[in-house]
Amino acid sequence: METMVVEKPVTYINHAHTVSSWQLTKDHKRIGILYLIVVSTAFALGGIFATLIRMELTTPAGDLLSADVYNRMFTMHGVTMVFFVLVPAVPAVLGNFVMPLMIGARDVAFPRLNLLSWYVFTVGFLFTIASMVLGGVDTGWTFYTPYSSQGSESNVLITGIGVFITGFSSILTGLNFMVTIHRMRAPGMTWFRLPLFIWALYSTSLVMVLGTPVIAITLLMLVLERGLHLGIFDPRLGGDPVLFQHLFWFYSHPAVYIMILPPMGVISEVIACFSRKNVFGYSFVAFSSLAIAVFGFLVWAHHLFVAGISPYSALIFSFLSFAVAIPSAVKTFNWTATLYKGAIWWKTPMMFVFGFLGLFLVGGLTGVFLASLGLDIHLTDTYFVVAHFHYIMVGGAIMGYFAGLHYWWPKMTGRMYNDTLGKLAALLIFVGFNLTFGPQFILGYLGMPRRYHVYPPEFQVLNVLSSAGASILGVGYLIPMVYLMWSLRYGRIAGSNPWGAVGLEWTTSSPPPTENFAETPIVTWDPYEYPAADVEGHVA
Amino acid sequence: MPEAVHHHHPALAHHFDDLEQQKEAATLGMWVFLVTEVLFFGGLFLVYTVYRAWYSEAFAVASHELDVTLGTINTAVLITSSLTMALAVHAAQLGQRRLVIIFLVATMALGAAFLGIKSIEYYHKFTEHHVPGPSFAFEPHEYARHAQIFFSLYFIMTGLHALHMVIGLGIMTWMLWWAWRGTITAEYYSPIEVSGLYWHFVDIVWIFLFPLLYLIGRHVH
Repeated sequence: METMVVEKPVTYINHAHTVSSWQLTKDHKRIGILYLIVVSTAFALGGIFATLIRMELTTPAGDLLSADVYNRMFTMHGVTMVFFVLVPAVPAVLGNFVMPLMIGARDVAFPRLNLLSWYVFTVGFLFTIASMVLGGVDTGWTFYTPYSSQGSESNVLITGIGVFITGFSSILTGLNFMVTIHRMRAPGMTWFRLPLFIWALYSTSLVMVLGTPVIAITLLMLVLERGLHLGIFDPRLGGDPVLFQHLFWFYSHPAVYIMILPPMGVISEVIACFSRKNVFGYSFVAFSSLAIAVFGFLVWAHHLFVAGISPYSALIFSFLSFAVAIPSAVKTFNWTATLYKGAIWWKTPMMFVFGFLGLFLVGGLTGVFLASLGLDIHLTDTYFVVAHFHYIMVGGAIMGYFAGLHYWWPKMTGRMYNDTLGKLAALLIFVGFNLTFGPQFILGYLGMPRRYHVYPPEFQVLNVLSSAGASILGVGYLIPMVYLMWSLRYGRIAGSNPWGAVGLEWTTSSPPPTENFAETPIVTWDPYEYPAADVEGHVA
Repeated sequence: MPEAVHHHHPALAHHFDDLEQQKEAATLGMWVFLVTEVLFFGGLFLVYTVYRAWYSEAFAVASHELDVTLGTINTAVLITSSLTMALAVHAAQLGQRRLVIIFLVATMALGAAFLGIKSIEYYHKFTEHHVPGPSFAFEPHEYARHAQIFFSLYFIMTGLHALHMVIGLGIMTWMLWWAWRGTITAEYYSPIEVSGLYWHFVDIVWIFLFPLLYLIGRHVH
């Protein structure tokens, strides 16, 4: 740090500089940064796999990757992105950093456990990397039996163990967050004064705590079956591979809500701040998070409509899947109503929010298509499904993550990034995303199956469009990496509250001191009391 | 409360306001953890339920191969260990250091006895070729395939339970050390109480495992 600063306040960053002060930190803010590093690495890695997939698919022939290598590519893309990016991104990076600040706490309830969660996460990631170095895994991220337990000759064991280990990071983080939100709120911070991001994190923690143990035991059974020849799902012994699918989706469908609920919380924060308005229907938005968490546990078998489940259970699961659309729509309508007559401030975080709203709308509505029994049989295992879940998990979750990262970046680092470049990135991501995944809806509807490295020549035009969009999307994701890194050293000093936002995290300095607040705040106000009149005043 | 400011218990972590808040957080944390454990074991119980419904006869026959005498003794051992654990928590609340140590040692001894008996059972199963895998053998032959599923579940369920016991013994060793050096007092006993919750939970899992695995064939023969 050669830059001359006269008197430097002590922050969570500069109070100690040694490597071990980071390795052994119990500060939730530093742990958030540690997660940011691993998650960003995983995002880059998953992006490389995606690039290879899209390159292969620009021509109908299998000219870049063999079928076997292609199987490994989409599997490792899925495993990396789901377990090491989408699940931890918002809760573990942003949640860890801002949640205690937002409720006026000095730290999470169990700081040492929080650090342990990060180590567990990283060890799980290293296992997964090891499996990739040793040749990768080819089962698809869903690890369906009996292929995963018997057929596959790839590194299912190491990957399975890696994901199993990582699950405990999720469980412990969820536990820590729940206890923190219950027991560590500042005086006066009642449940209905909690920012909506906290409600979203609480709902997410419920899913993490109730769902993740089931995937853990399922993967353990798979690993024991493959490694020690125990027979649980083995059809030769009378075991049922479809039972594995039930157990897998009992976690993995709610996991979609682990991925989307926290970004939804981010949207509520950002949209209120940049419209200078209270969130329309606060309690509806808060309870819709809980409703999504609860309904989310009752829809898993819609992944099994073609797996031979009974028509009656299919009927019920179809109905319940439609029902999840209700709380999701409640949120979308309420955000739109929040914008109505708001004083909208066009800054980078808000651009990502608009991107989220558009993409989540498409993703959510196509989900309703897939919940319909008849249509789902036509669309199962086609690119329509691929497009749908990317609209939710990338268009929704990653857009929301970027919105939050850009919103809280000044708080995390004390610096401002270049807003013009930020808006450009948001625009490129939005355009690139639609060009990548829009054509895939048509491809899937026309019958192109997923998970093949070759396809009939008549599908080439749409695939070329998709690959072209992917390159725009790639550039869109690279730009923030550049200007955010640049801002660390050269960015304008942010000050404690550059957005003029309400919320306790903005009342302390940027970056915050280790103990978060000089004095424990006492809360006497509602979460989004924006004085509508002074909009111009903040746009300094 | 001017005294409260000066009064700083050595066990109070910096981010809590007082010991009460710290205790509430620890207790809630353990209960939430036990919920995750219920779901963790719940996956196994679900699989067990499905296969037992499908292959009830084979499960009953295979269940007969388990040693009910040793299983019953182990159940008694474990229930007694829950009693000594509860007594250890009670003694901790009253600040009776010596009694805490005695009851913790008793709990650990009973836990170790359970694991010892369990390993004798495992050894028998190993010599009888009832461990699933290539060398698995079972008479009558028509039940062999489904019996292998039964024994797969038997080993996973009891094995995971035993692993939890081992972890419990580790926690008890740690608590013993804390009680020994005097950290545990009538004012600060929540670590013992929370460890007790864990210990009782592991016992309860066994209370379900014992009838489901050992006793299902009893009424048939």
